[in-house]
Amino acid sequence: MNPSSTSSTREREETGLPMVPEAAEPVEEHKTSTSAVFTIRDLSVYYGGNIALKDVSLDIRPREITAIIGPSGCGKSTFIRCLNRMNDLIPGATVTGEVLYHGQNIYAPDVDPVAVRRRIGMVFQRPNPFPKSVYDNIAFGPRINGFKGNLDELVENSLRAAALWEEVKDKLKKSALNLSGGQQQRLCIARAIAVEPDVILMDEPASALDPIATVRIEDLMQELKKQYAIIIVTHNMQQAARVSERTAFLYTEVDEETSNRWGILVEHGETGLIFTRPKDKRTEDYVSGRFG
Amino acid sequence: MQSQAKPLGDIAGGIAPVPIENRKGVGRRADSLFSVVAALSGSLVLLILAFMVLSTTNTALPIFRAEGISFVTSSDWHPANGDYGILAFIYGTLVTSAIALVIAVPISLGIAIYLVEVAPRWIKGPITYLVDLLAAVPSVVYGLWGVFVLLPLFLQPAAELLSSVLGFIPIFAGPPSGLSYFGAGVVLAVMIVPIISALSREIIQTVPDDDRYAAYALGATRWEMIRGAVLPRGRAGIVGAVMLGLGRALGETIAVALLVGSATTINTSVVRPGYSMAAVIANQFQEASGDHIKALVAVGVVLFAITIIVNIGARLIVWRMAD
Amino acid sequence: MNLEINSSRPSARRLWTNRVATAGMAVAVALALIPVGLILYYITKNGLAAMSWGFLTEPTPFTFRRPGGGFLNGLIGTAIMVALATAASVPLGILAAIYLEEYGKRGWLAQLVRFFSDVMTGVPSVFVGLFVYTAFVLPFGFGAIMGAGALAIIMLPIVIRSAEEMLKLVPLELKHASFALGASKSQTVLRVVLPSALPGITTGVLLAVARAAGETAPLILTALGSLKVTTALIGEPISALPLLIFDGARNPFAAGQERAWAGALELLALVLIFTLLARIVAARSKISR
Ligand SMILES: Nc1ncnc2c1ncn2[C@@H]1O[C@H](COP(=O)(O)OP(=O)(O)O)[C@@H](O)[C@H]1O
Ligand SMILES: [Mg+2]
Repeated sequence: MNPSSTSSTREREETGLPMVPEAAEPVEEHKTSTSAVFTIRDLSVYYGGNIALKDVSLDIRPREITAIIGPSGCGKSTFIRCLNRMNDLIPGATVTGEVLYHGQNIYAPDVDPVAVRRRIGMVFQRPNPFPKSVYDNIAFGPRINGFKGNLDELVENSLRAAALWEEVKDKLKKSALNLSGGQQQRLCIARAIAVEPDVILMDEPASALDPIATVRIEDLMQELKKQYAIIIVTHNMQQAARVSERTAFLYTEVDEETSNRWGILVEHGETGLIFTRPKDKRTEDYVSGRFG
Repeated sequence: MQSQAKPLGDIAGGIAPVPIENRKGVGRRADSLFSVVAALSGSLVLLILAFMVLSTTNTALPIFRAEGISFVTSSDWHPANGDYGILAFIYGTLVTSAIALVIAVPISLGIAIYLVEVAPRWIKGPITYLVDLLAAVPSVVYGLWGVFVLLPLFLQPAAELLSSVLGFIPIFAGPPSGLSYFGAGVVLAVMIVPIISALSREIIQTVPDDDRYAAYALGATRWEMIRGAVLPRGRAGIVGAVMLGLGRALGETIAVALLVGSATTINTSVVRPGYSMAAVIANQFQEASGDHIKALVAVGVVLFAITIIVNIGARLIVWRMAD
Repeated sequence: MNLEINSSRPSARRLWTNRVATAGMAVAVALALIPVGLILYYITKNGLAAMSWGFLTEPTPFTFRRPGGGFLNGLIGTAIMVALATAASVPLGILAAIYLEEYGKRGWLAQLVRFFSDVMTGVPSVFVGLFVYTAFVLPFGFGAIMGAGALAIIMLPIVIRSAEEMLKLVPLELKHASFALGASKSQTVLRVVLPSALPGITTGVLLAVARAAGETAPLILTALGSLKVTTALIGEPISALPLLIFDGARNPFAAGQERAWAGALELLALVLIFTLLARIVAARSKISR
């Protein structure tokens, strides 16, 4: 499934617990930065001075699905929004640490967040098509990015890639708001694909959909991961187990004195291992509590 | 598997990833240019207002200088002699507006309460639509209608009735005229009813149902519920709505110009002719020249000052409500 | 069985108060509806009686006494001035609203602009006319541009505040969708936010147009009025429907008054068409949401 990813990286990640100390080693950093899509080091997020996510370090590999799981409010959305600098849009949000995208720190002062988002697609919890036609929804990204090629072809390819073409090919000029919820979400995926990113971030993409639509989205993800790295936030552990190669478990830590709470990365690794042989007691409780 | 060669999709295949390239300067500059243009457009409102005050005051300055305080304390208005005292106009503006409020406030509140609390669903739409229609009618149409329809049909008989029944009170003393403070006030009332009732309706709608249920649960009748729960909650907002209606009445020009009777002296009786600040500007401007025009501008400055105070007061009340 | 409940029934006095209050409200509604009926009835009746093809296509005769003629000069003047005022105030108003909602937000400048836009809607229109007179008519003379300027100032705050309300209704998710596709702020505002809010903004604009078309007082001081049909934008006075109606209402001759009624019908029809269009656009956009 992922033949060209280096075995050394895989071994290191499987044995490693949260990798904060390792990150300091320059050799490691060099290795991960060449093969990983994202190398995240000591990532913390504050909302108006209150910490919401603390010291997350994690690598994301290409052509894999990484699931982010954890209880509600533990910072899953906060985390995934860091990866395309969507947190910049939240007044009062500050991000510290490093997010290296193919070795390039997207939080470096000279990096333009708009340029970052052109490379890293995102699909949201609730389908959010523009109140425009199906065609114009898909064409939006290419147009604003000054796409010069054959737009019709690009729209068709994107819709095909999102397994939506057959359903909408006769209503490309109709409003996207007339589509069903599941279709709208696939439209949003197609829209993200149309700007040719190499990562797609998905924040609970199926939580507003019915089970049948959910299955279609999951099938689609299996197709898409042949080309893209996918990071999916989900509160549904069956879903994480079904779709992902790797899983990261976030959890809320509470300071008893101040009753401040923030999210931490408890552990991450191959999905099978996280669900069957978690290393951390909290992961085990969470995973078994939900499954049992 | 790697059939679709994409610059970004083939990292694992060993092709170096394309680094994130910042937008060219144009994109960023377009962004900040746009925000500057938008901010300037916003600030335009402030500039216009400031310019309005400066330009008019500047033109009126010789009159203010020459007349001093007597400009607003004297009611001698004789442009031919260079006498410019506008007390009669200030008085007329206040009296016509007061009459309008006396008539319009109870009616507007009645409508607002009826529409929110009492009216069956099907009738709300038509009534709202018809009352809103009043707001759409241009004031010159009100004026024409007032002079040729309402004056013979209602204003003149009503003025006569008022002075024959209540004529012993100075403010209703005759000889009665429909073209009077009273006539202008009635038409003004018709004009501000849609304003006050629409705003009050919005405010009454924001009173939470829980408050209503609480009053009903204590055994209140509907009216007791309205008086005990709805009106106290909405009081500040309703005061704001009334003041906005007042602001409109104070500045209304054409309808008053046609109905107030155009007498440049103060009349204690509301059924006698008078004048208002806005009306004197509209009626005398075309025949005026020289200092007379400057004096009319000065009237406008005083009118502006009065309406702006009322308006700011109203907005502050409404804004405090909203926060 | 029901004894206890009946014994706690409101007293007769309280029930009567309730009834009287309800009746009072019904009277209030009736009192407001009577003028609506009277206005529509008389404007239609007297207006239709004086209305003719000639009224719509001929200018006003030079003496009020003379029957015939029409308000073509006013219709053209109103069309020119309202069109110019719309062209000036709508883009500026929408930009200002974008500033308030997308950039200034709750900052001090935005709050100031918001507050004074509200205050500006309450400035008497005759004062706006005086301002344009002192600032522009004194140096440059009466004309269509001057009247349009006054109308634009009257329309501007209405457009700003209604457009801002509509921009506010655009869901945050749409903006996020746009940003996530790599759109810049200005691209997001111009290509996503504005088109989504456009039906609502159109409603506000149509209402502002209706308001401007009916304004009289500011035009007395800026356009002055003319019996001639003219399309000159500057340099000579120009007429408007409300100005001609005002003149007709002030003069003692039957012919002039008849023309005023026909003019009132014409003006009211125009204003109501714009008001109706505004409602239709508003209703449509609700359905599509
Ligand atoms: N825009 C925001 N402003 C302030 N606090 C926020 C914001 N978004 C999220 N938070 C806080 O950050 C924490 C994590 O939220 P979130 O990332 O949405 O969690 P999850 O997606 O795992 O449910 C929560 O305590 C939440 O209240
Ligand atoms: Mg979330």
